Amino acid sequence: MSTLITWLRDPNPASRMQSRLGQSYLSWLRLRRNALAMIGLTISLALIFIAIFAPILAPHDPITQELSRRLLPPGTPGNVLGTDDFGRDILSRILYGSRITLYIVMLVILTAPVVGLIIGTVAGYFGGWVDTVLMRITDIFLAFPKLILALALVAVLGPGMVNAVLAIALTSWPPYARVARAETLTVRNSDYIAAVKLQGAGPIRIIWGHVIPMCLPSVIIRVTLDMAGVILTAAGLGFLGLGVQPPLPEWGLMISAGRKFLFEQWWVATMPGLAIFIVSLGFNLLGDGLRDVLDPKSASK
Amino acid sequence: MTSIPSPSSRVLPLLRQIGGTVVTLFVTFLGLLMVTFFISNVIPVDPVLSILGERATEAQMDEARERLGLNEPLWKQFGIYVNNTLHGDLGTSVRTREPVLEEVAQRFPATLELATLATILGVLLGVPAGVIAATKPGSFFDQSTRLIGLMGYSMPVFWLGLMGLLLFYGQLEWVGGPGRLDALYQMSYDFEINQYTGMILLDTALNNRWDMFANAFSHIILPAGILAYISMAYISRMTRSFMMNELGQEYITTARVKGMPERRVIWVHALKNVMVPLITVIALSYAYLLEGAVLTETIFAWPGLGSYITDALMVADMPAVLGGTVVVGIAYIGLNMLSDLLYRLVDPRARV
Repeated sequence: MSTLITWLRDPNPASRMQSRLGQSYLSWLRLRRNALAMIGLTISLALIFIAIFAPILAPHDPITQELSRRLLPPGTPGNVLGTDDFGRDILSRILYGSRITLYIVMLVILTAPVVGLIIGTVAGYFGGWVDTVLMRITDIFLAFPKLILALALVAVLGPGMVNAVLAIALTSWPPYARVARAETLTVRNSDYIAAVKLQGAGPIRIIWGHVIPMCLPSVIIRVTLDMAGVILTAAGLGFLGLGVQPPLPEWGLMISAGRKFLFEQWWVATMPGLAIFIVSLGFNLLGDGLRDVLDPKSASK
Repeated sequence: MTSIPSPSSRVLPLLRQIGGTVVTLFVTFLGLLMVTFFISNVIPVDPVLSILGERATEAQMDEARERLGLNEPLWKQFGIYVNNTLHGDLGTSVRTREPVLEEVAQRFPATLELATLATILGVLLGVPAGVIAATKPGSFFDQSTRLIGLMGYSMPVFWLGLMGLLLFYGQLEWVGGPGRLDALYQMSYDFEINQYTGMILLDTALNNRWDMFANAFSHIILPAGILAYISMAYISRMTRSFMMNELGQEYITTARVKGMPERRVIWVHALKNVMVPLITVIALSYAYLLEGAVLTETIFAWPGLGSYITDALMVADMPAVLGGTVVVGIAYIGLNMLSDLLYRLVDPRARV
């Protein structure tokens, strides 16, 4: 263990990998000092853990109805968080719901940042009319109210999880394009790019191998900070009945189902909302901490 | 050698910038319409069928298609669409058969009232919180505003609304429930009062009906407070970072060295310069609230633009959905541009 740490902290790294891992280790040490960020990291890891092991952790089936046990309050033996109007265990539904949430978040962060990264780096690298056209398109999408555009898109495409993901991804790529373009402009004229160019590398190779890696840190920070937003938008679409469809245990959908008896059986709407809140807060805390570590410029002094 | 610039050389660049802004505005507006047009043409529903119903004859259908311009090539249809929108024709609601523009105009004041009150509350709470946090970075106050702000970013606004109703309406009975007024007052608002603005707080005040004002206030305060919390989270965070930046400047040190009271240094000298970028932030959060009102309005049965769009969505009334989207989009673009212009007017450095 200690040899590994000495290897990581070696001031004269022997290989590129050693230097990169060493840098990551130092960032990790800085992140570890930030208590709030560590809480965020724990929550995020817990979400992944729960999503993977939901069938083992959940005491009941999330879909099977048991009408004799409907609307039981929290604390009932066997139903720690109570049951909903179909007698389904709320805790089990929340645990299974983490899978849907994680699935939506993964799909969005695998598409939107990639699209934004490509558009932003191409615009920044080529400049000129390419830049003008691409950035104008980006601005148009930025000028759109996000949630309403997503609503209109889902209304046309039809409700459902995949369409919700598509709508969220289509509305969330522009900020990534902006960030990537700004980063590209700062490295475009640097000497090492000129050197690669002189060696005969084409634009695709330069952008892929030398520009995109420089943009990654800022994009990753944005992704972490955006994840909470993605969760909230997905829950909002689910709440309006435009996202994941019943009887799947999506958290927004569960809140909307509990709305009918909010004043009599408060727990049905409250519990899934708490789950959304905890998970989003986790991502926000982690993103905030990561930004302070990876981007010293914006660190709170 | 610096020559004194003549007034015209100072005005011209500004004019050119305003001209550029207007062009950008128009291009963005066209882009907005292109997106909504694209959306409305992707729908697999035949608009003629939804207007005439299923019993129409083939001849009637053809006639309607001709009248709606559906036989024209797509680019020409887009031209017609842009032209109609510019003339205020947003189509006819399938559900009510009323012009969408009229319905939207009826609903808009409710949303405007809600978003405006929320922004005012958000600024009144967020700016001082951000300034105080910046003067004592790392303090308990700083940490707690940061955490409270992050919590605001992490809560689904519709859930927060439900919880607010549960606590302040259901349990404590401190506020009025869903809707803009109690049923009784709603009747007298509809029939007895001069509706100057459509914003109930203003109308009742102008009519000297303070009892009704109090009732309206008890209804608006919860949804406005919830939206204000979310905009406060954003405003206080931005204020803090602008203020931190400003307090490191040399003129602040000079002012302190001169012996100026710290309170004056912070709240007069530094805050004045912070106000410039803050205008942009406030305009952005205002635009965001116009949109954030969508989910809040459905919770509070608030008869604004947001609930208009979601109600129309439920019955697949696409002209209403897209018309509402275009109006919110225009308000959004307008506020963005306005903040941009204000920024240039207020900050001389941005004029170059």
